[in-house]
Amino acid sequence: MNRIEILRFALRGLLANKLRSALTTLGILIGVAAVIMLVAVGEGSSRSIQQNIQRLGANTLTISPSFSGGGGGGVRGPSGGGGNTGPRTQARQLSLADAKALTDRTLAPSVKSVSPIVNAPSATAAYGAASHTIAHFVGTYPSYFEAVNKPVSEGTYFFNDDVLAARKVVVLGRTVAGELFGDADPIGRRISVSGVPFTVVGVLKASGSTGMQDADDVAVAPLPAVQQSLSGFGPLGQIVVQATGAGTTTTAQAEVTAILNQRHGITNDNPDYRILNQATLQETVSEATGTFTVLLGAVAAISLLVGGIGITNIMLVTVTERTREIGIRKAIGAPRSAILGQFLMEATLLSLVGGLSGVLVAFVGTRFSVAGIEPVLVPSSVVLALGVSLAIGLFFGSYPANRAAKLRPIQALRDE
Amino acid sequence: MTVQEESPAPVLRVRDLVKEYGEGDARVRALRGVSLDVERGDYVAVMGASGSGKSTLMNILGCLDVPTSGTYLIDGADAGRLDEHQLAVLRNRRVGFVFQSFNLIPRMSALANVELPLVYGGIPQAARRERALAALEQVGLTDRVHHEPNQLSGGQQQRVAVARALVTAPALLLADEPTGNLDTASTGDVLEIMDRLSASGRTIVLITHEDDVAAHAKRVIRLVDGEVVEDRRQAPVDGPPPRLPQGEDAA
Repeated sequence: MNRIEILRFALRGLLANKLRSALTTLGILIGVAAVIMLVAVGEGSSRSIQQNIQRLGANTLTISPSFSGGGGGGVRGPSGGGGNTGPRTQARQLSLADAKALTDRTLAPSVKSVSPIVNAPSATAAYGAASHTIAHFVGTYPSYFEAVNKPVSEGTYFFNDDVLAARKVVVLGRTVAGELFGDADPIGRRISVSGVPFTVVGVLKASGSTGMQDADDVAVAPLPAVQQSLSGFGPLGQIVVQATGAGTTTTAQAEVTAILNQRHGITNDNPDYRILNQATLQETVSEATGTFTVLLGAVAAISLLVGGIGITNIMLVTVTERTREIGIRKAIGAPRSAILGQFLMEATLLSLVGGLSGVLVAFVGTRFSVAGIEPVLVPSSVVLALGVSLAIGLFFGSYPANRAAKLRPIQALRDE
Repeated sequence: MTVQEESPAPVLRVRDLVKEYGEGDARVRALRGVSLDVERGDYVAVMGASGSGKSTLMNILGCLDVPTSGTYLIDGADAGRLDEHQLAVLRNRRVGFVFQSFNLIPRMSALANVELPLVYGGIPQAARRERALAALEQVGLTDRVHHEPNQLSGGQQQRVAVARALVTAPALLLADEPTGNLDTASTGDVLEIMDRLSASGRTIVLITHEDDVAAHAKRVIRLVDGEVVEDRRQAPVDGPPPRLPQGEDAA
């Protein structure tokens, strides 16, 4: 009685009831495919989020004003000032002078470039009959394009000269260009933004939508031009600081903090600005998406377990149904090991075939994007799911197989 | 083929075999101390009404069941002292079993059914096929080897079962009412095969409640209420069975 004979008996046993075997296999198939695909979707979404973060700009710090900081925002001490915590009467906004101070090479050697930003409120662009409300109309310096990773695909950026001369030129995002010009070439055309004429010099490369927001619904113009015509010479909306490299973002953050604390006169741990560090953000997000992936995997693992219980169930039915056959086999001299082997092999075959076809389905399934997420196959999940399905076959099959092997021949033969 | 010389140990030696079923008030004594020897080459018919314990005796002789007490030696080996694996080997090599209800495995061809004991005996495939075909030829089913049990008549199924019992060349052929489910013609076929096997020296123990069937045996044992009440010899152990068809006397 060798392995090949046992395998043949097992195959014959499974093929005798094709529909039942197929349905049991389906249970394992779904479980394995679910594990692999959900982990792949989790991994894919985590990667796409990370890519989106990277698209926002590499090695950048985004400084924005914080009204809760310091003693600002009109929060006054009950004694009316001069209290021992020394609250300031007003939180300071970010100014152009702050931005200029950050470019100091000796105080901030890790800073590569500084781009002050103002946002024009509700800018409506019009060209001929077409009009479009731009979600983000940004006034800034040319270094902004590199810092936030927005290359142009047509035309050019604007330059420092344009900034100094406050020329009314604009680089449009792909969505804005499409809305205003359709398929026509927008370079060199004049559009009016809230009544102020701007000349289009370039169009940004499409960067795709980031979840809810359309990252291409933007327009970028020189800072003074926007201040003069649209936003006024108020405080800055943000300052984008690019560090010299991936390793220096933390140092750059410390330098920026020191300079701003000094300029804003902040002594406690409650500054009137916030620094968003791209690197820390990325870490936090990947932690969160990691948890998400584990959660998905756990849900899928449960379905794999259910599939395993399905195998036990079917094998128990099979053993009960074939009790007489087991009795005959024993009466003509089948040793216990042969019966055990046959039923264990049947269970293992069910789970193995289910597992392999599950992997196949998962391979096909992960080629399609799910809800805008490109699934990424994780090899370890494939190995794990297959291994677990095989183990399930052995584990859940062993109980019915043992029951079959333990049957006394005379009892088994009397079974009708 | 000549009748084998008598070996010192009988094929079967049964001493004080007792089998009880159930507990307490519901206890039934199916066998109440049966002792018997069966010589090599003998053809024994065990007779008795239903409930006389003949099937119980048969199951114990075939190592399918264990006695409550008493000893049972088959081919010199004490069945009571064997472990489960040794019992499986014994069932495989020394005993061939023919059941009243044929007990072929469905959805397997006649050939595969006959090969099955050899598979468990670890015989290589080529030798297996050859021996199975030879056994099927012995029972006259050469033209039905690839039919499945449900494509065969009752008589043919029982002949396949006889071939399956013979294929391992067992020391003992046990038949539990082999003709109980068969019509007259098929009964004749099967009994003729049994006679021929006996003539060729095979040891056979057969259970029946029909006198016609028992008339084929060399020795008739009658059981009543789990006890042997009659042990009658109809023909010598080393001679041909009494009803062997003329011209086929193997002695």
